[in-house]
Amino acid sequence: MNKKNRIYVRVAILGLLLVALVFALYSSFVKDPNAVKVGSTAPNFSLEQLHGSDLALDDLKGKGVVLNFWGTWCEPCKAEMPALQKKYETYKDKGLVVVGVNIGESPITIEPFINQFGIDFPILLDRKSQITKLYRIGPIPTTFFISPEGKVEEIFIGQLNEAMIASKVEKILP
Amino acid sequence: MDQRKCECGHTNPVGTLLCESCGKPLDIELVEQKEFPDMRYEGMARRSQTYTTRIVDRVWNTFSSVKIAIWIIVVILVASGLGTIFPQQQFIPVPVPTELDVERFYTDTYGVLGTIYYQLGMHNMYSSWWFVTLLVMLGTSLIICSLDRVIPLYKALNKPRLNQHKSFLKGQKLYAEAPKPADRSEQELLEQTAQALKKKGYYLFQTDRALLAEKGRFSRWGPYINHIGLILFLIGVLMRSLPGFHLDEYVWVREGETVPIPETPYYVKNVAYKTEYYTEEEMPQKLDLNGGAIAKSYQTDAILYLNRNADIPGAKPDLVEVKSGPIIVNHPMKHESIYLYQSGFQEMQLGALNFTLLDVKNGNKEIGPIKLDLYNPERDIQVAEGYKVRVLDYFPDFAMGKDGKPITQTNLPKNPMFAMEIVSERDAINEKVVYLEGSILTQKNDAQFGLKISMPDLIDITGLNVRTDKALPLVWVGSFIFMIGVVMGFFWQHRRIWIQFQDGNILIAGHTNKNWFGLRKEVEGMVQQTNLSVTLEDKSKV
Repeated sequence: MNKKNRIYVRVAILGLLLVALVFALYSSFVKDPNAVKVGSTAPNFSLEQLHGSDLALDDLKGKGVVLNFWGTWCEPCKAEMPALQKKYETYKDKGLVVVGVNIGESPITIEPFINQFGIDFPILLDRKSQITKLYRIGPIPTTFFISPEGKVEEIFIGQLNEAMIASKVEKILP
Repeated sequence: MDQRKCECGHTNPVGTLLCESCGKPLDIELVEQKEFPDMRYEGMARRSQTYTTRIVDRVWNTFSSVKIAIWIIVVILVASGLGTIFPQQQFIPVPVPTELDVERFYTDTYGVLGTIYYQLGMHNMYSSWWFVTLLVMLGTSLIICSLDRVIPLYKALNKPRLNQHKSFLKGQKLYAEAPKPADRSEQELLEQTAQALKKKGYYLFQTDRALLAEKGRFSRWGPYINHIGLILFLIGVLMRSLPGFHLDEYVWVREGETVPIPETPYYVKNVAYKTEYYTEEEMPQKLDLNGGAIAKSYQTDAILYLNRNADIPGAKPDLVEVKSGPIIVNHPMKHESIYLYQSGFQEMQLGALNFTLLDVKNGNKEIGPIKLDLYNPERDIQVAEGYKVRVLDYFPDFAMGKDGKPITQTNLPKNPMFAMEIVSERDAINEKVVYLEGSILTQKNDAQFGLKISMPDLIDITGLNVRTDKALPLVWVGSFIFMIGVVMGFFWQHRRIWIQFQDGNILIAGHTNKNWFGLRKEVEGMVQQTNLSVTLEDKSKV
C-alpha cells in the first residue's frame, strides 16, 4: 500500500472511531431521550375526564395549559388545589386552561375531593398511570406550564401558591 | 527514500528488524540491536514506526502503542474498581426523587467521603462521559494495534522464509550445527528429514538445499481473532443506546388486570398467578422446614395484546391478542423482540371486600351479597329487588388527617374504608354505614339493616420484567469469536524447523511461539530417526 492510500485508510478508520466516540458521548449525556424537558414539546395524550368525554392535550393548542399531576393522598396537592382553582377562574377568559391529571385513583375517591374544593377545571383520569410514566413524574405535585404552541415553558415540583401560579402563567398566556 | 538495503540486495522499509528476504538482523536501525530481535512480529517493520509527520499519523501511532493500550486498560480497571466503593445512583435503596436527595443520601450515609464521591460524579460513573470515552479509546487502541501488527505479520508468514541467512538460524533459540554426515548426500538427508517431519504433521517447503517444515501457523492469528470478537462485543454494547434496541421495564399486574407496557405498543393481562410448592413426597429426605415450604415454580398465565391505537398515549386502547400462555421463571414469554420474565409476586392481596346485606329487624334475614372492588368500586350496587347500596366515600389507605378529616395515605388499598348508603325503596329507608378495619359502624343504634362481613377476594399480583435487547446476538457472536481466538492461540503453537547446508555443515534451527519442550521433542525425534549426530543448543533454558 502506498503512502497516499495509507493516509486515506487511516483517516477513514479514525473518522469511524470518532463517530463512535461522538455517539457514545451523546448517549451518555442524554440518558433518557424521551424525557419531557423545559423547551421540549409536551407529548400529546388523550385521557378520560372525570365528568365528560375524552380530552386530548392537542385539543388545547392555542391556549396556555397548566398541567398538574396530583393524587388525593398527597397533602401538598390538596393544599395547592384552591390556588389552582382561583387562578383558573382569574385567567380562564384570557385563554388559560388548568388540567388536573389524577394518578390512578377511582372516581369514587376523586369526586368528594373535587367537590370539597369546588374544582371546575377538567380532571383527567390516568387510571393506568400511563401519562404519569410518559411525563416521568417523580414526586407530586408536579406542574407543567405549557405555551399555546405546545412547548413546555416550566416544570415545577412541589406546592404552588397563588403568586407563583400568577407569575408563571403570565409567560404562557396566548 | 527511507528504505534500507540489506547485504543480500533486498531493500527493507524503515523499522525492519530482520531482512524481509534473507532474515539477517539489520544492525543500523532506529534501535541499536544488541541481541537477536524478538520473533513476535517476525522482525517486520510495524507501520506505526514509519511516518510521524502528519497529525493523523501521530494519533494513529499513539493508539498503536501497546504501552498506551496497557495504560488505558489499567485506568479502566482502577476506575471500575472505584465505582464499586459506594453504590451507584441506580442502586440507592431508598427513593431519591430529586438531585438534592441523591446528594443528601451520599453525605448522610457515607460522610465526607460520600460527599466527595458525589461531587466527583462517581455515583453515575459507568455512564459518565469520561468513562465512555475511555471505553471507546480502548476499542480504538484494540483496532489500531491489531491492524498495525497483523498486516506485517501476515505478509511475513505468507512468504515462507526458506533460504535464510545463517545469522537468522543461529539467532533462533533452538539451533544445531554439525558436519554433514558423509554417508548420505544432501538430497538424501533432506528427503529423510522431510519424511520424518511429515509424519509429525508438518507442511514442507523445499529447495534442493534447504527445507522449512511448518505447522500450526493459524495459531498466530488467535490474538487478532479474539480482538475482532472484543470489538464486535463493544459495538453490541454501544448499540444498546440506539432507540428501540434496549428496553428494561418492570410492571406489576393484578390478576384480571390488563396494563400497558411502557415504551411499547403492548399490553399484558394477568389471567392467573400461582406459586407451586414441593409436596413432602417429592422431597428426597425429610427436611425440618419449621412449617415453611420450598417453592417449585412461579407462574403467570398471561395474554399479550397489541394496541392498535397506540399513537396517542392514554387513548382508549384497541387491543388484539398476539400471544397467550404461561410465563415461568427462566421461561419467558417471547414475542418478536420482547421478552416477559416472571420476576416478582405479591400473593393474597386484598382485591375486593364481600358483605351480605342483612335485615336486622327481620331476624337477620339475608337480602343479598355486596362486592366492593377495591381498585374500581362501582357507585351503585343493586343488591336485590328494591335494595340498593350506594358508595359515598372510599379511602383506599385510610388515616385521620391533621384536620380530623379522613384521608388516604396512598392510592393502594392497604387499609380500605368505605362509607355507604343502604337504600330500601320498598321500605323507604335510607341508612348510612361505614366499613373500617374489619368492622361495621352503623349510623343509628337500632338500624334496620346490617352487613355481615364475608371472606374478601384475595388476589395475586405478579411482577413481570419486560426486556428487549436487539444487540444481544451481536454480543453473543462477539463472545463466541473471542473464544475461538483464545482457543486458537492457547491450544496450538506455530512451530517451524529449518534445515540447511552451508559450507559442508548441516544447520538445524527451530522456532515456536510457545511450548519449546514440544518443539525440542519433535526435533530430537527427527534427529534420532535420521541418525544425525548433532547436539541441540537450547537458548530458551538460559
